Amino acid sequence: MKTSSIRAWYLVHSWTSLVCTVFLLMLCVTGLPLIFSDEIDRLSGATEQFGMPGVGSSSNAAGLLPLDVMMAKALAARPGEVPLFMAFDNDQPSMTITTGPKPDAPGAQMTIQVFDRSTGKLLGKEDDRGVMRFLLTLHTDLFLGLPGMLFLGAMGVLFTAALVSGVVLYAPFMRKLAFGTLRTSRSARLAWLDTHNLLGIVALAWMTVVGVTGVINTLEKPINKLWQRNELAAMTRQYAGKEALPPSRYGSLDKAMAEARKALPGNNPQFIGFPGGNYSSKHHYAVFFQGNTPLTERLLTPALIDAETGAFTTARSMPWYNKSLSLSRPLHFGDYGGLPLKMLWAVLDIIAIVVLITGLYLWLGKRRASSTAHAREVETGGIVVPAE
Amino acid sequence: MKPVRRQPQRLRTIFAAPLAIAALSVVALVAALTGDGCRDALSWAGLTVPILTIGWAVYARRA
Repeated sequence: MKTSSIRAWYLVHSWTSLVCTVFLLMLCVTGLPLIFSDEIDRLSGATEQFGMPGVGSSSNAAGLLPLDVMMAKALAARPGEVPLFMAFDNDQPSMTITTGPKPDAPGAQMTIQVFDRSTGKLLGKEDDRGVMRFLLTLHTDLFLGLPGMLFLGAMGVLFTAALVSGVVLYAPFMRKLAFGTLRTSRSARLAWLDTHNLLGIVALAWMTVVGVTGVINTLEKPINKLWQRNELAAMTRQYAGKEALPPSRYGSLDKAMAEARKALPGNNPQFIGFPGGNYSSKHHYAVFFQGNTPLTERLLTPALIDAETGAFTTARSMPWYNKSLSLSRPLHFGDYGGLPLKMLWAVLDIIAIVVLITGLYLWLGKRRASSTAHAREVETGGIVVPAE
Repeated sequence: MKPVRRQPQRLRTIFAAPLAIAALSVVALVAALTGDGCRDALSWAGLTVPILTIGWAVYARRA
């Protein structure tokens, strides 16, 4: 590679990294405890006693209370509100019911109640305070909503560009060095350089996957809007132009669920989106079913049921952009392979933090040197140190 | 093997180990998505490789 092209790649690498480093450090540091949020929740909360432990609320096992009964309980606790979501669990009889002042209420106005579907007892309300919730919001959108999310997505794109340019620079740097070289005894700068290169190259695939899936996750809202405008509109064409169905005319949920199960037999529902919300039309209960294999469990298929009559309208699997979003979640959170995978996720996250800090140190140490001098440093495998 | 060599290496040599590690990582990341049990174990093994590589370099490649 010519010195001039090494210089160009060096500039790309340093500037894309510099812009995103502070945010990436924040994401790595807040992400570390978030990997273990299930475990932390379980430790801090009292262990729950269920009426029928081990029976998923998403099943239709005998003994589970009707959905209409559960909804009546939730609405009795929130007079004047309307149903927004009902979500199920595959492992325990717990379920959540989300209500709000109107069918298109924003997140801040929603109330989420957690019930035991086997006893009908209210287990609690989902809290939006607490350290973990604070970390999650900071990690997701910097407390700035959609603009914050998209901003962090842009930082993720820069991070990906930094990874690519880093790999390009790895080649001339390692030209005369054996893989894994760590020259720790010669100079501090050389030790940092070798550490940055080794850790960066071994964790490359993991950092790329977590980075790119993180970017896809920031597009959740636009992706959902796109689905509503294209797919959902096509699925409910016969309802176009009809007045929105008022909540007073919503029909039986159990009847709707029975119709939906008939359309997609053998699958379990993950949640129901109510009319007027972001996950349904203005006239339907959208029952989102999971697939029945480990891989397709994350790929949802909505069955649309006329919320007034309980008649089945249609069911259609989600388009590719929703599918990639569904698969991006586990690949970003690392919560899909038990505790050992989470622990590996944590170690790799710490490795990423070291890559970020050593990178910052390398830049700070010689920030006044010319880019040509830096290119020379890359070209010689760190032997020639850029002058001040 | 001395850390600094006279002869420049070919691109293929430089990226042999990094590519192998990246391929194992990707297999590991996907394996746990497609099932539980031994697929989870495969993913744990695959993602241990980058971490063990660092340990190996600290032990065998420090100069």
